[in-house]
Amino acid sequence: MSLAARLTAPGWWRALVSLPIGAGIVVAGRALYGWEPLFDGDAITTVCLITVPLAFLIGIGCFDYWFRWASGAPTVPEDHSNHGAYSWRDYFKVNTDHKVIGIQYIVTTFAFFVIGGLMAMLMRAELTAPGSQFVDPNTFNGLFSVHASLMIFLFVIPVFAGIANYVVPLMIGAPDMAFPRLNALSFWLLPIAGIMMVASFFAPGGAFATGWTAYAPLSTETPLGQTFFTIGVQFAGASSIATALNFLVTIITMRAPGMTFWRMPLLVWAQFTTSLLVVIATPFIAGSQFFLLFDRALGTDLFSPANGGDVIMYQHVFWFYSHPAVYIMMLPGFGIISEVISTHARKPIFGYRMMAFSLMAIVILGFTVWAHHMFVSGMHDWLRIPMMITTLLIAVPTGIKIFSWLATLWRGVIHLRTPMLFALGFITMFTLGGISGVMLGMVPVDIHVSDTYFVVAHIHYVLFGGSVFTIFAGIYHWFPKMTGRMYDERLGKIHFWLSFVFFNLTFGPMHFVGVDGMPRRVADYAEQFAALNALISVSSFIFGATFFIFLYNMIASWRHGPRAAANPWRAHTIEWQVSSPPPVFNFDEVPTVVGGPYEYGVPGAVHAVFKGEKEPAGTGPTPAVAHRPE
Amino acid sequence: MEEPAREVSRVNRREMAKMLAIGVVASLVGVAVALAIDWFPAESSTAADRIDTLWDIVLMCAVPIFVLVMTVAIYSVVRFRARPGHTGDGPPIHGNTKLEIIWVTIPFVIVTSLAIYSWIVLDDIEASEQDQVVVEVTGRQFAWSFAYPEEGVKQADELVLPVDRQTEFKIRSADVIHSFWVPEFRMKKDAVPGLTTTTRVTPTRTGSWQIVCAELCGIGHATMRQRVRVVRPEEYERWVAERRQEGGQGGEAGGSGENGG
Repeated sequence: MSLAARLTAPGWWRALVSLPIGAGIVVAGRALYGWEPLFDGDAITTVCLITVPLAFLIGIGCFDYWFRWASGAPTVPEDHSNHGAYSWRDYFKVNTDHKVIGIQYIVTTFAFFVIGGLMAMLMRAELTAPGSQFVDPNTFNGLFSVHASLMIFLFVIPVFAGIANYVVPLMIGAPDMAFPRLNALSFWLLPIAGIMMVASFFAPGGAFATGWTAYAPLSTETPLGQTFFTIGVQFAGASSIATALNFLVTIITMRAPGMTFWRMPLLVWAQFTTSLLVVIATPFIAGSQFFLLFDRALGTDLFSPANGGDVIMYQHVFWFYSHPAVYIMMLPGFGIISEVISTHARKPIFGYRMMAFSLMAIVILGFTVWAHHMFVSGMHDWLRIPMMITTLLIAVPTGIKIFSWLATLWRGVIHLRTPMLFALGFITMFTLGGISGVMLGMVPVDIHVSDTYFVVAHIHYVLFGGSVFTIFAGIYHWFPKMTGRMYDERLGKIHFWLSFVFFNLTFGPMHFVGVDGMPRRVADYAEQFAALNALISVSSFIFGATFFIFLYNMIASWRHGPRAAANPWRAHTIEWQVSSPPPVFNFDEVPTVVGGPYEYGVPGAVHAVFKGEKEPAGTGPTPAVAHRPE
Repeated sequence: MEEPAREVSRVNRREMAKMLAIGVVASLVGVAVALAIDWFPAESSTAADRIDTLWDIVLMCAVPIFVLVMTVAIYSVVRFRARPGHTGDGPPIHGNTKLEIIWVTIPFVIVTSLAIYSWIVLDDIEASEQDQVVVEVTGRQFAWSFAYPEEGVKQADELVLPVDRQTEFKIRSADVIHSFWVPEFRMKKDAVPGLTTTTRVTPTRTGSWQIVCAELCGIGHATMRQRVRVVRPEEYERWVAERRQEGGQGGEAGGSGENGG
């Protein structure tokens, strides 16, 4: 390819040449105002943090089709030239195939999971003993801030979007997502956000060090690194919103014939409700961070009390997103657990409709509890009581889910494969996290334990023991479908047991140090907490190392694992009725849904059939097993 | 082939009774252990007593729930685990309305009761008493300072409180958000720029404890620590008198400090 062709065709080369635009805008603007110095590093960086990613997205080709369409150039609506992956290089291009995008999401998010995890290891190394060990307080504050931001915005939220991206269209019998080009754009926004957050370590003054919560006015006064978070979150948020819209439209309009809402697998329900949360809530964090950016870059006084600003307002807007965000990080996991438990225990989900209703209840209640993060913040006192009541009430729909999973296990035929082990681990850990959540929800208890290690313990029980265990369950469960290979069951089980034990040894003792008076977000602590912190640190190193068992298993199995059958778990949902991995366009013929998704134990029951398949005789109105002719 | 499997999975009364017995014993042991653990720093205020009792009651509700979940999960895995080569399905049970009503109702009653009880405790621990000491607390990066407006003490770096008498803290911040917390008192409140927040504490024993900043406030957050000293009323009066005398000079210094902030 000639140089000119390289620079004009969509791709990494064209992305490179368009980078200096932002710097030019700033310098030109400052020259017009006659401001000194002409080259202001902070201003140039701030603007470039917005323009460089946009230039990159345009350069790599995310907008080519829309630009052509808008300018009246000929376009092919059913253009599938960017569909499917035929070599590893295709994963580094703008691709419109939901399965490729799903893999792109999962691999990218796991890369950030490793980076965030290594930061946690560094923090635990620092916290092995009181006093200063390896890093100075500013770096430490940067480490926990970037750790949390990566884990939330670059791992838990998008990895669920990735798994669902792969699985949901297959589950509802759709050839792809509703908006494949938007889907590709959503993915490419993500690495931008992640790289920006990690790159903040190289900013003068260090990484953003105000926690992932970025409370004003601390965050309006800190050095340039904060801007990397403020703008990075916008890209992650835009990605989230675009994907959620895509899921909503896909689920509402592209279900196979016969798939009523009450025949949808619970993962689809979970993704549907999660997307509602994302679409309604995420604009609020975008708003909160834009306000911060205005205060930092444009000199507005939204959070400057001396000039009439209001710092409590920041917290309300921030938590109005960030509390629903914990359900954004949990509901997809609930969906995965329902699929895994039903399939590997060979029983219909107990109380299917209540499972769906409880998801909806969590969505609605989830918007009424945000101020429980602010019980000691100095907001209006009266607001604490209603927020406490709604917070505790969320335990009811969550309890419904836990009890229904237990009832699904009851009298099942339980196959203790790795996904099932992680599902069981999830149930126990999440119950503990739920209990500490109820404790935190009670105002008098929260007054003492807010901002302590008790909170750190709680969020890791719900987000690691909860969400991340469901992510592992989901990855193992759909690994055969995504890669066409089987993972190593023995390594999977070792991974589970080591994770389970050392997870508890790492985060369990944090409950004790927290209640005993150790605040969170500190690089140094009182002598009385030394013994337990040493135990926590040692456990965390082993816990961190267990991840590499998983990584080895995934990579080795993907390359050399035994070929997977179309339906190794004998599941009923539609994604298992096509080959592993599925054909580029998913279905040669659209399936017809004829029953519920989990009719295990019902003689001859199937969820969906493909046309041309013979209905087996003697099974009454519901035709039997749907296998794709291969 | 499936029918016998279903019969095998049926659980008779004796098995249920055994499971229930194990659950009850495990709950009792669990509650005993949970209550025996020394969770909190030493109780040193009236609020601490109320909060610690609330905590114990929550544990008494929480442990049996956790044990119930664990018992059913472990029992299911042991009892219903697929034997090698077993390819059948479980019985197609889709739900049980009575059971579902039970597990909606019982948690609802528990959490509602806990909420009401918490509300009562909250009202108690925040109730205002007669004859208060009023202390103005100011947080700044990275130190606390204290003033006793009614006693004429304009500035002190040490917090000294009389025992068995309520202190009302009026908390402010000179820069970013801090949080005023004495773990032994259990009470915590943010110091918010632009606002004056309030919290009340009645210390119940003499001693000296750490004041901890609980809200991330910058590089020095981890070392933003000072002491609170709870003393007998006579000693408190003596301390106030001493500080008041120093006040002439100390007050000036405090005033200029405030302007500088």
